[in-house]
Amino acid sequence: MTPRKDLLDIASLTDEEIAFVLENAVPFKDLFKRSVKKLPTLRGRSVLTLFYEPSTRTRSSFEVAANRLSADVTNFDVESSSVVKGESVLDTVETLEAMKVDYIIVRHKQSGTPNLIAANTRASVINAGDGWHAHPTQALLDAFTLREKFKDTRGARVVIAGDIQHSRVARSTSLLLRRLGMQVAYLAPGSLMPREAPQEVAQFSSWDDAFEWKPDVVYLLRVQMERQGEQCFPSIGEYHKLFGMTNERLQVMKERKLWLMHPGPVNRGVEITDAGMDYERSLINEQVENGIAVRMSVLYWLRPGATG
Amino acid sequence: MARSLELVADQIIERWPGTETLSLVGAYRRGVPFSERLARLLIARGRTVELGRVDITQYRDDLQAMAMVPKLEGSEIAFDVDDAVVILCDEVIYTGRTSRAALEELLDYGRPRCVQFAVLVDRPGRELPIQPDFVGLKLANDDLRSDQRVSVRFEESDGWDEVFVRNVPQKAT
Repeated sequence: MTPRKDLLDIASLTDEEIAFVLENAVPFKDLFKRSVKKLPTLRGRSVLTLFYEPSTRTRSSFEVAANRLSADVTNFDVESSSVVKGESVLDTVETLEAMKVDYIIVRHKQSGTPNLIAANTRASVINAGDGWHAHPTQALLDAFTLREKFKDTRGARVVIAGDIQHSRVARSTSLLLRRLGMQVAYLAPGSLMPREAPQEVAQFSSWDDAFEWKPDVVYLLRVQMERQGEQCFPSIGEYHKLFGMTNERLQVMKERKLWLMHPGPVNRGVEITDAGMDYERSLINEQVENGIAVRMSVLYWLRPGATG
Repeated sequence: MARSLELVADQIIERWPGTETLSLVGAYRRGVPFSERLARLLIARGRTVELGRVDITQYRDDLQAMAMVPKLEGSEIAFDVDDAVVILCDEVIYTGRTSRAALEELLDYGRPRCVQFAVLVDRPGRELPIQPDFVGLKLANDDLRSDQRVSVRFEESDGWDEVFVRNVPQKAT
């Protein structure tokens, strides 16, 4: 496979590239069983995490992935850096360029920032989430997780529930799963349902209708508590009652043996309950483990300075 | 080819006349059918054998210089490497770089009692200080030009057995 320089979104990947990344992630996952969980692949290369939005899980996942490939990992601490002193993104990138960083993992609240950075550096840029736009490695790890559960993912039915409108996870994951032949539906309050949702995605406003659709997988999104002030939904309690995975709905999941997914971090008592966290067909922990393997596979494929 | 394989098996038995299990590890790609063929010969001689395979792609010293990123096959060593007698198998040794990569990967699985190295064809031209312990066919220094490569096909992977020489275009510098 021809190496690419950056991974910015799912839309610009070819089917062959998607298959390449997902298939290579299998041997990377096998590595976790070895006594030395490390490969020399990126020895002497440097990986820098540049997170303008807080994140512990995604950043550590990338750090573990890069460490297992023997790269040198640096965390660019935005909170305490010159950025708070007013340095622009591009000035920061110029500094990193001078440091000869090979890979930049970037998260930013502004959609499109990773593209801007990618256009201004020789380093490979991986988008770890930009605004509402995209979160490609999350989509890849979700697809990888489902491919492990379904012999043939074509026709598998996945309902994504929650704040679809503001979710880059919903956007990227939904797009990738559909490209792999899965059926996707959205469940959300009207105020959180995207206006521009693709036609082939069924839309539901109640769990009854969503269950009626006979999904195989329920993918819960995190309720972004920081959006509470924006009047998108009335209250946390009401959200839980109407759109959360209540214990009652969990009972339906159990009876029908449905898989449960969540990108983390979860809000217990909002989109999910304590019982939901202990559900035996929850894939949440597997998503975390697979995230490392998939990110290793992405780092293996990208190459700084590549023309693609 | 059959004679060369027998020759390698004979040398291994001569070196390991006891009853210890011999662990054969093939290096992708053609080292794998080579190790399987050897295993059959050793079993026929009454030995117990373990099989494994290593995908050395990520241990190659020229990985970053390759124009294409190789598809990964994955390594598979299901037995305990600690204290095992491991025989690394590769179909051809030439510069020794592949063998170095295979050895390094193997050692990331544990600490074998010893590692030895079996090849079907030994072609002179080493660039690293690595020598095979068991050799099926040894070529002389002036047999080949530097733009020629020795290749092996196996029935298991290619449909028939064959050792042949092909010309490769010289890299433009």
